[in-house]
Amino acid sequence: MSVEFCGLELVHPIINASGTFDAIAAGRAFGEELIERFPFAAFVSKTVTLQPRQGNPPPRLWELAGGLINSIGLPNQGLRGYLQHDLPELARLPVPLIVNVMGSSRDQVAELVAAFGERAEVAALELNVSCPNVETGLLMGADPAEIAALLDRVRPLTSKPLIVKLTPNATDVPAVARAAQGAGADAVSLINTLRGMALDPRTGRPWLGGVTGGVSGAAVRAVALAQVHAVAQAVEIPIVGMGGVASGADALDLMRAGATLVAVGTESFRDPAAGLRVASELAELAANSAV
Amino acid sequence: MSRSPAPFGRRAAKIVARETLGAYVVIRASDPGGPVPRPGQFYMLQAAERWGGGEGERPFLPRAFSVLRMIGSPPTPELHFLIEDVGPGTNRLCELEAGEELLLVGPLGNGFEAPREGRGALLVGGGVGIAPLAIWQDELDASTPALLGFRDAEHAVGAGLMANASVATDDGSVGHHGLVTDLLEEQLDARGDELEVYACGPPAMLEAVRATCVRHAVPAQLALESGMACGFGACFGCVVPTVDGYVRLCLEGPVLDAERLVGAAAFAGTGAGH
Repeated sequence: MSVEFCGLELVHPIINASGTFDAIAAGRAFGEELIERFPFAAFVSKTVTLQPRQGNPPPRLWELAGGLINSIGLPNQGLRGYLQHDLPELARLPVPLIVNVMGSSRDQVAELVAAFGERAEVAALELNVSCPNVETGLLMGADPAEIAALLDRVRPLTSKPLIVKLTPNATDVPAVARAAQGAGADAVSLINTLRGMALDPRTGRPWLGGVTGGVSGAAVRAVALAQVHAVAQAVEIPIVGMGGVASGADALDLMRAGATLVAVGTESFRDPAAGLRVASELAELAANSAV
Repeated sequence: MSRSPAPFGRRAAKIVARETLGAYVVIRASDPGGPVPRPGQFYMLQAAERWGGGEGERPFLPRAFSVLRMIGSPPTPELHFLIEDVGPGTNRLCELEAGEELLLVGPLGNGFEAPREGRGALLVGGGVGIAPLAIWQDELDASTPALLGFRDAEHAVGAGLMANASVATDDGSVGHHGLVTDLLEEQLDARGDELEVYACGPPAMLEAVRATCVRHAVPAQLALESGMACGFGACFGCVVPTVDGYVRLCLEGPVLDAERLVGAAAFAGTGAGH
């Protein structure tokens, strides 16, 4: 069930959501079998920022009915650490590498895009825009003018496909997607997590170290389907759909709503090989529905 | 590093038996073809049926459990897990009956390391945290001393899982009336320079063990617990603060040297809503 996406030939349409699978750590836990049975057709690495980040103080997780809230805070080694340690290891994966980057100003995002813009190991870049622009105070991904200005700045810096990861915490997600397309994005991916919160039942105070976090898992599947559907009406560029995908049927729903690729996130926590299972279930469903 | 790699993905293990042991349940699952875990390693467990999915209710995520012991040998090992029903996940696991399926991923994490030259092991456990010490005692020697703390007599039945155990209970119904760290203090006063401590238990107990061992300059390996969504380094949810910054407990632990921990703050985010 191979698929073409922004010029990349992928063996199936299932990839991972950024920040939900650490291929290097998984290699330590599962050894060579991870590489032999790699669960995704492309690998999206965890968000890289210019400077290293420790991430949020624990506790970082709260289980919900059909999902969880995470408040991880994008821990990473920073651009230099990523180039030195992660990139050489990720380049050995048997699938194309998509690097996810985030900055808190257009200049920062530009520096990150430029750093990866012509690297042979990198197949495409994904922009995490679920972050406020410190210069304007606006969430980069929540405002069409912000997203257009960001792409105007970074588009000339790379010839690789640029995927904009849309935040669902925006008033008009299709308008943001349209602005991204108009300013040269090659694809959009959605949904990122929905902002949520939990209180410690013993103290009545916020449970998560970061106070609020992102909701993911089966609980957000219907929201993802609605947003992918709406964005598909608004743009012609390909869409990576994600949000609560746990089965081939869920993936097929997102594709019917307009997604070209589907990402698996939280389900990989429940089953490290979930990507393989979703891909094979999807292939079976597609074969049956074609008949 | 004391680590057996895990097969990739989750696999179904048939429940062979469920045994009630005072306040606890021991579930025994057949794991044909599964690797031999190192003592201190853990598995992510979930029931095959009625666990998240279509119903959309908790439990949703798998739960991390240190392996209590492994009996039999490859290719048909049987894994034992010690469970206390304290939340929706443990409640479901405690209901599992012979013939039902347990989905597991593991063994994961780093287990205990052998005692340093010239020292013998002293095992210190609290409540359900005695699990990794039982498999460690199986490997070391049944004569390895164990100090075990429990809430009351019903929980202290768990001490029967280990040999050569001295028991303390909060309510004095069995053994020493007080904390297991009282027993530890006596041992370290008497022969601390001959011992290396291996401990697992609730956060407050582990912090007391850490502080006691630091005070006596006795090395200690602590098996911690933290809320964990995946168990293999993907979710970044289980971090604990160490002298090297936050580390993912599922990758760097669950067994950590006491000297890497930064005091009580190391345990602030630990303990898990099971």
